[in-house]
Amino acid sequence: MKSLAELKKVQEKNRSAIILPEGGNEIRIVVGMATCGIAAGARPVFDALEAGIKENALGKQVSLIQTGCVGVCQYEPVIEIYQAGKERVTYVKMTAEKAAKVLEQHIMGGKVVEEYTITYAQNGGKAPADGKVHTSLTETDFCKTQLRQALRNCGLINPESIDEYIAMDGYKALGKALTEMTPDQVIETVLASGLRGRGGAGFPTGMKWKFASGNRGNVQKYVCCNADEGDPGAFMDRSVLEGDPHAVVEAMAIAGYAIGADQGYVYVRAEYPVAVKRLQIAIDQAKKYGLLGKNIFGTDFSFDLDIRLGAGAFVCGEETALMTSIEGKRGEPRPRPPFPAIKGLFASPTILNNVETYANIPQIILNGAEWFSSVGTEKSKGTKVFALGGKIKNTGLVEVPMGTTLRHIIEEIGGGIPNGKKFKAAQTGGPSGGCIPAHLIDTQIDYDNLIAIGSMMGSGGLIVMDEDTCMVDLARFFLDFTVDESCGKCTPCRVGTRRLLEILDKIISGNGEMEDLDRLEELATYIKSASLCGLGQTAPNPVLSTMRYFRDEYIAHIVDKKCPAGVCKKLIRYEIDPEKCIGCGMCAKNCPASTIVRTDYTAPGHKLASMKIEQANCVKCGACMTNCKFGAITKG
Amino acid sequence: MKKKLTTVAFRGTPEQEKQLLAVIEKHKGEKGCMMPIMQEAQDIYGYLPIEVQTIIARETGASLEEIYGIATFYSQFKLNPDGQYAISVCLGTACYVKGSGDVLDEISKQLNVPIGSTSPDGKFSVEATRCLGACGLAPVMTINGEVYGSLKKEDVKTILAKYN
Repeated sequence: MKSLAELKKVQEKNRSAIILPEGGNEIRIVVGMATCGIAAGARPVFDALEAGIKENALGKQVSLIQTGCVGVCQYEPVIEIYQAGKERVTYVKMTAEKAAKVLEQHIMGGKVVEEYTITYAQNGGKAPADGKVHTSLTETDFCKTQLRQALRNCGLINPESIDEYIAMDGYKALGKALTEMTPDQVIETVLASGLRGRGGAGFPTGMKWKFASGNRGNVQKYVCCNADEGDPGAFMDRSVLEGDPHAVVEAMAIAGYAIGADQGYVYVRAEYPVAVKRLQIAIDQAKKYGLLGKNIFGTDFSFDLDIRLGAGAFVCGEETALMTSIEGKRGEPRPRPPFPAIKGLFASPTILNNVETYANIPQIILNGAEWFSSVGTEKSKGTKVFALGGKIKNTGLVEVPMGTTLRHIIEEIGGGIPNGKKFKAAQTGGPSGGCIPAHLIDTQIDYDNLIAIGSMMGSGGLIVMDEDTCMVDLARFFLDFTVDESCGKCTPCRVGTRRLLEILDKIISGNGEMEDLDRLEELATYIKSASLCGLGQTAPNPVLSTMRYFRDEYIAHIVDKKCPAGVCKKLIRYEIDPEKCIGCGMCAKNCPASTIVRTDYTAPGHKLASMKIEQANCVKCGACMTNCKFGAITKG
Repeated sequence: MKKKLTTVAFRGTPEQEKQLLAVIEKHKGEKGCMMPIMQEAQDIYGYLPIEVQTIIARETGASLEEIYGIATFYSQFKLNPDGQYAISVCLGTACYVKGSGDVLDEISKQLNVPIGSTSPDGKFSVEATRCLGACGLAPVMTINGEVYGSLKKEDVKTILAKYN
């Protein structure tokens, strides 16, 4: 690739494969094959379609493409069918048999198999009441108000094809930057766009680049990408890498041009084999096309990219620890300053951005800073991708403008809480973040608002909790995680988090005292202020924020020795209502502790004497309650 | 997480060593080459016993302490190989009160493998796990993913015999 004109040729040649030309009869079938799709069984679906297309000699008219995450996790495996002039059709929960039927009836017969479409699936498998079948995912409540910028290619193009990426304006931004802009102009554009780091802390990306931009050409510099997505419940970065890896490759080359670096590293966690594979394919393809390597677009600029694999250490998501790990050492953080922009990887000026941050860059260069900053709030521009999960109807990947309210995400996009339960809180930022309680559901989500209410944006995990979630137990869960993942270098984090966990354990086992609350608060403050890196500095957040909004739950555990949500095993009791018990004995049969015995009381109208739980030996496993068909067992 | 050193004798083949040397040769001199070398070494051997770490140290000129430090830092590096048959006994509360602790001890005794390690011939590894969520079947254990429920100490012999 020596010039923009050459790129344009490749684009024109391939564009019609994705944006099908009007009046043509071509059909494009895409199968969602990110890790989640594959796990749900997309492979046999793909194989069945492939075999069917071959068998019926449809190859000329029909193209079959594997793509990344479409975003609707609970409906995987998903296939979508595109045809010029027709509404896109989204088929969900596919199997090889269903796929064969789609091929026969829809592709060959021209008739949509309505009962497999997303409309039916969302309507409990029935035709919608108004009879209107919107077959396309884009028409659903889940998608209607989303704004897909970072994820714009995910679920649309084949991530293993550079041609498809180029067809969708790929590498045009790199070409533009190299041939029409100076490095400073690139930085100015990113700065003016207001893009802030999507990995957690929200530091302005352009500022980071600017700090590292001095002395171009005279010193070795590096561009790094943080794809060590370790928060439990977060999978945005994986989805981008699996669905649109070239966007990251292109953006890193742009960053290299901006600061004057000729080498980049993507640090990916080894638990993401599909992402690693697709990223490697993308890098190899880009090298082959001359979009990485020497003299890109015929300019003086050269840039190379390598992947470095993580090895299962959460702390390596912290920037200095990540760099130490790329250097091939124990991934322990270093004190800052000096900041990486001055002295980072191999002691050279380095910039590190998150996957999602990079995914936004090519669009900003191409469409301009104003285009990007027209979306969002005053200080948080653009969109944010969230991995929506927990007690919510529609789980999946959601991209919304900054400033969208939590209520909108949960009620409109997420479809609300299942089983008629009440919304209790949402956790953002994983183990470093905090919870947003129900009374703050109208909070507009952006960096500053979240900080103000004691949480943080984090990388974008959004876990929804209902009334059955115990907030003390939740705090304990995250603490357990951080204790396990603390690298051990500094004392406040290594020892402090463990002490926090011990106090929480004491509380949930019914031995807490009121003074423990003060101890938690005091200790949390010390850990936050004295820890070396972001892991320790944010580790107490889940405790602090649950104490701030759910202090009454802590008090219930301590004073009343009760867990209001009925989660903490040591504080709950199962009881059998003798009036409702018919004495069938199913509970006793299923009791692993053999602690359910027959009494000598027979309730009026029943033939057998009722059962009773001997509390001393009860292990609170709940097997009795699950097995009672008469609702005679209560938990309290 | 504490890592246990292995009790399994090292069974590296000259073939594997040749592969390892090739890997080291490939990465040597690269900046930050240690992680890729160790990752590929683990792919070759299935784990990173001290013998392999010694070879890496010798060839790269790094100290064994440094390599051992890296191996113990990241949870993905294994110092102990999985057995051909991996036995996990549930020590969740429900299983425990039904006597899974006795079952675990019995397995460990019969195989002569300490809990949390692998038999010297590499055939069995024995470990305790948290609740497997099959409380109705307590006590429960799995061998290579196959589930055995309602166990008694006396069952251990018959079950293990299937794998001998």
